[in-house]
Amino acid sequence: MKDIILKTQQVNKYFYEPQPFHVLKSIDLEVYRGEFLSLVGKSGCGKSTLMYVLSTMDTDFQGQLEINGDQLAGKKQNYLAKFRNEHIGFVFQFHFLLPEFTALQNVMLPALKLGKYSKKEVEKRAYEKLDMLGIKEHAGKLSSKLSGGQQQRVAIARALINDPVLIMGDEPTGNLDSQNSDNVFSIFKSLTRDFGQTIIAVTHDEEFASNTDRIIEMSDGEIIN
Amino acid sequence: MNLSLSIAKTHLLAKPKQTIVAMLGVTFGIGMFITMVSLMTGLNDFTEELTMSSTPDIRIYKDITQERPSILEEVNPDGINLVHHQKPKNESQKIRNAFQIAELLKADPEVLGAAPQLSSRVFYNYGPVQLNGVIAGVDILEEDKLFDIQSHMKEGNLQSLMVSTNGLIMGSGLARKLNAKLNDRVVVTTPGGFTITLNVVGIFQMGLGEIDNIKSYASIQTVQKILEKDPSYVTEISIKLIDLDQAKEKAKSIEATFGYKAEDWETANSTFLTGAIIRNIMTYSVAITLLIVAGFGIYNILNMTIFSKMKDIAILKATGFAAKDVRDIFIAQSLVIGIVGSLLGLIVGFVLAYMISLAPFDGGDFVSMDTMPVSFSPVFYIIGLVFGIATTGIAGYLPSRKAGKVDPIEILRGI
Ligand SMILES: Nc1ncnc2c1ncn2[C@@H]1O[C@H](COP(=O)(O)OP(=O)(O)OP(=O)(O)O)[C@@H](O)[C@H]1O
Ligand SMILES: [Mg+2]
Repeated sequence: MKDIILKTQQVNKYFYEPQPFHVLKSIDLEVYRGEFLSLVGKSGCGKSTLMYVLSTMDTDFQGQLEINGDQLAGKKQNYLAKFRNEHIGFVFQFHFLLPEFTALQNVMLPALKLGKYSKKEVEKRAYEKLDMLGIKEHAGKLSSKLSGGQQQRVAIARALINDPVLIMGDEPTGNLDSQNSDNVFSIFKSLTRDFGQTIIAVTHDEEFASNTDRIIEMSDGEIIN
Repeated sequence: MNLSLSIAKTHLLAKPKQTIVAMLGVTFGIGMFITMVSLMTGLNDFTEELTMSSTPDIRIYKDITQERPSILEEVNPDGINLVHHQKPKNESQKIRNAFQIAELLKADPEVLGAAPQLSSRVFYNYGPVQLNGVIAGVDILEEDKLFDIQSHMKEGNLQSLMVSTNGLIMGSGLARKLNAKLNDRVVVTTPGGFTITLNVVGIFQMGLGEIDNIKSYASIQTVQKILEKDPSYVTEISIKLIDLDQAKEKAKSIEATFGYKAEDWETANSTFLTGAIIRNIMTYSVAITLLIVAGFGIYNILNMTIFSKMKDIAILKATGFAAKDVRDIFIAQSLVIGIVGSLLGLIVGFVLAYMISLAPFDGGDFVSMDTMPVSFSPVFYIIGLVFGIATTGIAGYLPSRKAGKVDPIEILRGI
């Protein structure tokens, strides 16, 4: 029996500006622990919107959302912030880093916030993650001085720092060359195989998608496959 | 909180110019406040002390301008009486038994000294020019006990007033105007037409123009002679108390005991005291205005910072920072600006006040001083610090709260 890590029931979301628009239509989704999932679909079909809902950042929707056994619909913002910090790592479609901080500090911040490890340990762990993604030598650079692909890898390292049960990426390899893209893919693969973490990744890369455990296809706000 | 503080530090250091400008706003406000308050209070204290040391705590005299019932009312108490513009009676201003009263008062343990005296308005003749003034007839040793005239003597000495008949100790401003030196003779005329020649045996300077420019001391006998009165004629008793603050109470009891008007220093100097209050109000309102302007500066800068950091706020929230953490980051920034700015302001204020206290300044005819009197009371520095931090705290809280409420999704999607 597989262990369900994420489950949605009848998730609906509307945009009212500029015109009323039904962007997510009755999304029912079950994701199992240790699964490597890819989410595909045409541009504008609602993938990012769904990811924001699943990541608990967007609370403006109808329906149920359960992650790691926790009912999250209707919970307070402060509770959700703490929950995200501990259980969810997110890689944005446009890799967002804090420009005044170094790559290393960017990776460390969520862990310092969590406060589970001492600062020294956090730093050591952050170095490990950066090393894993092949950008250890840029750790001391201000993040605004890094190339797009380097920034994206720092963002991935940041998503991994707290060992979250759920990692979500909105086109996490969108800016990477094939070699780095393959590297990230194998890291994700090993996280799911060896550490039981779960990954949901939006992608336009068919090869990337075809190598994942399961592909979910969206069209016009509905899951069609 | 620690993490928020270190993020705040990074933000502040990343934009040093902006941080310094914001701090300078506070520094300027607090610095000006300290300077102004130090100077104003210094001046107030200085003049207050001068005035206090030259006015008696209580002055006893006969009040002949008091309202009195008209004769008509006395003979016809039940009728409807109408008396227009009643004048005071032509009464003598003499205090009966003044010397005995003074002795009684001196025996009172609350009283430091009591000096009976009288005074006359006079014209000092300087060639064809006549200068207005006053001669006080005093027991100079008793007067010295009350007002410490000895230490204000510029030339001559007190004792010579007692040995020479027709001696005069003259205010320095008056002496200058009359071009009178020690041992010169001055011709004095009373409004009653009596003319007398007096010897200048001393010159004093109390430091207050309104005294030094018009007043002279002579013996009681001399002034009685000028006024053509008998040797028991005295119109005033000056009293100094051990405790200045008892004056109001004591004046009442003296009035009740002896039946003469007793006026305490607060009533006598009420215009001066209101002046001091008004100066204080002005100082504080200007300083508060400066601080509010500095507060608006901080509000603006923080608002701009937050606007330019929307993306960062969204990322922090997305990675698990709560509204409170984000708010703390920006409150910490404004508090750091406030505390450092205020401390710098205290230093700037102190240095400015100190420099002013060193600069030479001529009080002219009004008061005699060489430099501006400046107060260095630590109370102002505490008030300045509290004000500075409170203003920046409030100015920082409003934008910070807004930052805490930023919805990360709107920012992340909007790119
Ligand atoms: N804030 C908003 N207000 C109104 N409509 C929006 C808003 N954000 C997105 N939409 C619309 O919702 C739909 C889904 O957008 P979404 O960003 O989820 O697409 P996507 O599947 O991630 O596309 P892509 O692959 O290009 O990233 C689009 O049609 C978009 O125009
Ligand atoms: Mg998208």
